[in-house]
Amino acid sequence: MPKHKRERKKRIGQRIATGFALLIYLFIYAPIAVMIVFSFNDQETNYFWNGFTLRWYEKLFYDSSIVEYLWVSLIIAVSATILSVIIGTLGAVGLVRFEFKLKKLVNQSLYIPIVIPEIVLGISLLILFDFIKLPLGFIAIILAHVTFCVPFVIIIMRGRLAGLDLSVEEASMDLGANRMTTFFRITLPMLLPGIISGAFMSFTLSIDDVIISNFVAGPYSTTLPVKILSLVKTGLSPEVNALATIMILVMLFGILANSIVQAVLRKRASTVIKSYF
Amino acid sequence: MMGDAIVTLLDVDKFFGANHVIKKLNLTVQQGEFLTLLGPSGCGKTTILRMIAGFEDASAGSIEVQGERVEDKEAFERDVNTVFQSYALFPHMTVFDNIAYGLTVKRVPKQEIKERVKEMLALVQLEGFEGRRPDMMSGGQKQRVAIARALINNPKVLLLDEPLGALDLKLRKQMQLELKRLQKKLNITFIYVTHDQEEAMTMSDRIAVINNGILEQIDTPKEIYKHPKTRFVADFIGESNILEGQVLDCQDGLCRIQLETGMVLLQSPNRKPADPVMICVRPEVMKYERSPVDGFSLPGTIKDIIFVGAQYRTLIVLENGMEIKVNRVKPEKDLKEGDSVYLYWEPEDALGIGDLKQGGSVNEQQ
Ligand SMILES: Nc1ncnc2c1ncn2[C@@H]1O[C@H](COP(=O)(O)OP(=O)(O)OP(=O)(O)O)[C@@H](O)[C@H]1O
Ligand SMILES: [Mg+2]
Repeated sequence: MPKHKRERKKRIGQRIATGFALLIYLFIYAPIAVMIVFSFNDQETNYFWNGFTLRWYEKLFYDSSIVEYLWVSLIIAVSATILSVIIGTLGAVGLVRFEFKLKKLVNQSLYIPIVIPEIVLGISLLILFDFIKLPLGFIAIILAHVTFCVPFVIIIMRGRLAGLDLSVEEASMDLGANRMTTFFRITLPMLLPGIISGAFMSFTLSIDDVIISNFVAGPYSTTLPVKILSLVKTGLSPEVNALATIMILVMLFGILANSIVQAVLRKRASTVIKSYF
Repeated sequence: MMGDAIVTLLDVDKFFGANHVIKKLNLTVQQGEFLTLLGPSGCGKTTILRMIAGFEDASAGSIEVQGERVEDKEAFERDVNTVFQSYALFPHMTVFDNIAYGLTVKRVPKQEIKERVKEMLALVQLEGFEGRRPDMMSGGQKQRVAIARALINNPKVLLLDEPLGALDLKLRKQMQLELKRLQKKLNITFIYVTHDQEEAMTMSDRIAVINNGILEQIDTPKEIYKHPKTRFVADFIGESNILEGQVLDCQDGLCRIQLETGMVLLQSPNRKPADPVMICVRPEVMKYERSPVDGFSLPGTIKDIIFVGAQYRTLIVLENGMEIKVNRVKPEKDLKEGDSVYLYWEPEDALGIGDLKQGGSVNEQQ
């Protein structure tokens, strides 16, 4: 095939690929875009446009119960994140650094909480908490969220640890640093990007969970998504649109924060850690 | 130049599971010396260094540094520092922080750290690089950082595991000279690992040749080249033709040796008739002529004459099929491929190797 023909084919191929990618993006984001647009609609129903308004946001703003639900969600998400990161990081260190019986089985079974239907996990947690007489509510939700966040943290950290050059830790000890100093000055900073990814992952998983939270929630522990679900049961309203839009903004902020932190870490990790000493 | 022993390994054994990696190793390193551990891949060089540094425990035997047994000391308590094969620089720290690390963890005052790092940067000629990160440096520069980082603690002994392995030939030659210069200047004991025999030859005061976890010979480069004690050493260090035979008779230290396909002379002080011998003849002292030379009759056929850079390499096939390598600066005139020739050498140029066991050991201790 002559060169110019080959290049033309390549160009056409590229156009098709770009078009296809655009279609996919449209497919993914169109519903969200529609929802955001209707959250500014001066109309009770989502059928046609009736002019711009901020009144749904205003209404949300004056509804103090919404803020309460948001607080519940945040406290649960932060607690679950902290616990998951600690447990998951230590677990990954054990899985990568130490040899023990059934290691393979443990490694494989990590994926079970991820692939298992949420409704099944919800029911089994409910049965478990009932069995051990753990009252439903705050603590139960946090523990339930830790259950499905930990495997994600372990999987992220396992990858980072496996890629970590052991000789770097040896070099640290060779230069006179004991195990603890080595951990805080070398291992931890090198794992930090993974830890932060794991934390953002856990936070996102926790804050938008509905099904499992719904199962193990008790009085005064209704999270925001659970609340939204119950609002929707009585019919879609622009108010819900506004609430969901706010949640998307929070998520976007999270993703953005993660990228910024990762970039800063890559640049200045040593100084970040130094401030701990 | 050499003083007292600074590192001593006594009857050291190392097993990885059932794998016997280091076998009854006895090794004494002198104060201020440049000792090279030389041997093929997998012979146990890294393992020896790691045992001295404290990253591996010896399965048996003892290791002393400055007359003190170190088995119970952790790596961070030992007065030795290591330059790792992979550099092992801290990727999240700048060059300055990398080099300063040894002093930082010892909580040396900031001002002093600054001065020492500056000195080190000058020593390895990396001034101006203190703010860089390791992933933005070339292999040779990383290597210098690794060396500076290991030297800042003023170690008594520096362990270097193939520090130049990843560099290209030209840079390697340059760094060889620089390392040697540093070692002389600082008067630190270097235990240096390489599998490049030329590197070992140019840099070392002494070379320890390791094969399969066994110390084959430890000597000066010259002695190792001129008087290899085992077949392995003769083969591994430089090029050699190794011929096996039996002593016929000896007169005034000159022995006639019967080979499978001929007879040759060997200068050798104390051998008796019927003794088995192994003769090592380097390609550059091997000669050949159209007709036999006094005392020699070892016929062969020229198989190949190749021009390799500075010299001509001739391959001559003996009657039993063995190939003999001969290196000449100029080709022998009138002789070409397919010609029949007779091999010989000056009797004092050939070496008789002590033992006949292949890969056998002469575990020597001074
Ligand atoms: N941690 C380990 N576990 C099991 N076997 C090991 C371990 N480290 C080294 N070995 C084995 O010990 C032997 C010697 O290894 P070592 O790394 O000391 O060789 P080396 O001489 O440094 O080789 P190279 O020149 O390739 O670096 C090898 O057979 C290797 O497989
Ligand atoms: Mg090695």
